[in-house]
Amino acid sequence: MISLSLTPTSSWYLILSAILFAIGTFGVLVRRNPLVMFMCIELMLNAVNLSFVALARELNDINGQTIVLFVMVVAAAEVVVGLGIIVSIMRNRSAMTVDDLAELKG
Amino acid sequence: MVLLGAVGVIVRKHPVHAALSLVLTLFGVAVLFVAQEAHFLAAVQVIVYAGAIVVLFLFVIMLLGVDRVENLRTDPLTAQRPLAIITCLGLAGVLVAAIVNGNGVFNERGEGINLPDLQNGPDANTVQLAESIFSRYVVAFEVTSVLLVIAVVGTVLLTRKAKASAK
Repeated sequence: MISLSLTPTSSWYLILSAILFAIGTFGVLVRRNPLVMFMCIELMLNAVNLSFVALARELNDINGQTIVLFVMVVAAAEVVVGLGIIVSIMRNRSAMTVDDLAELKG
Repeated sequence: MVLLGAVGVIVRKHPVHAALSLVLTLFGVAVLFVAQEAHFLAAVQVIVYAGAIVVLFLFVIMLLGVDRVENLRTDPLTAQRPLAIITCLGLAGVLVAAIVNGNGVFNERGEGINLPDLQNGPDANTVQLAESIFSRYVVAFEVTSVLLVIAVVGTVLLTRKAKASAK
């Protein structure tokens, strides 16, 4: 069943998106700057978007692209809220690692 | 190019450099969207991600003045980085194995809405996407707009409250 050709089929897009997702996971696990962690979350969202588009193309279904549009909108809202939280925390203190961010509790 | 930018995001010490690598990755993903005939999504990707989100990142980096170099040598926890490497390699391996094993599965289905080809005109994909959004998913679309309004108002409230408490 392993028949990967060299032309860009959707399997290559899916493999690329899997590798992108793994890289994003690695960044979230390793980096300690909260801004860079947000960037890695964006990487993971883009990997999922890429796999959605590849599967929509492969299955001849437009719903995958619709879901990608919704994912983009929700990601934009998430980045806005997250950066607002980071700004409001970092105004008071200049510590830049997430190990110090235990003050989200009300 | 996409993988180069992605590796750049997690390797570069400077946050501004990481953001610029993220721009590279996002443009690469937009090019892949074009290659898969999702033209409207490619345009949205360039405008929203590379145009708005990365600019927002850079704005916050420069607003906070946190563009210091992060020390990547020291581990906060012992053996955190090898565990992370093992976890991510395992994740990638499992996903790639699943994709390669299921290679012939999704070639068999052809039902559903057909993606438009060149016979239907250059913007047929956009037209079909708009018909899908505004007929079948119109409730989700409205909820999404409400979510965006809530996000904007909440962010303004968060930042203003911090300023008032600092006074």
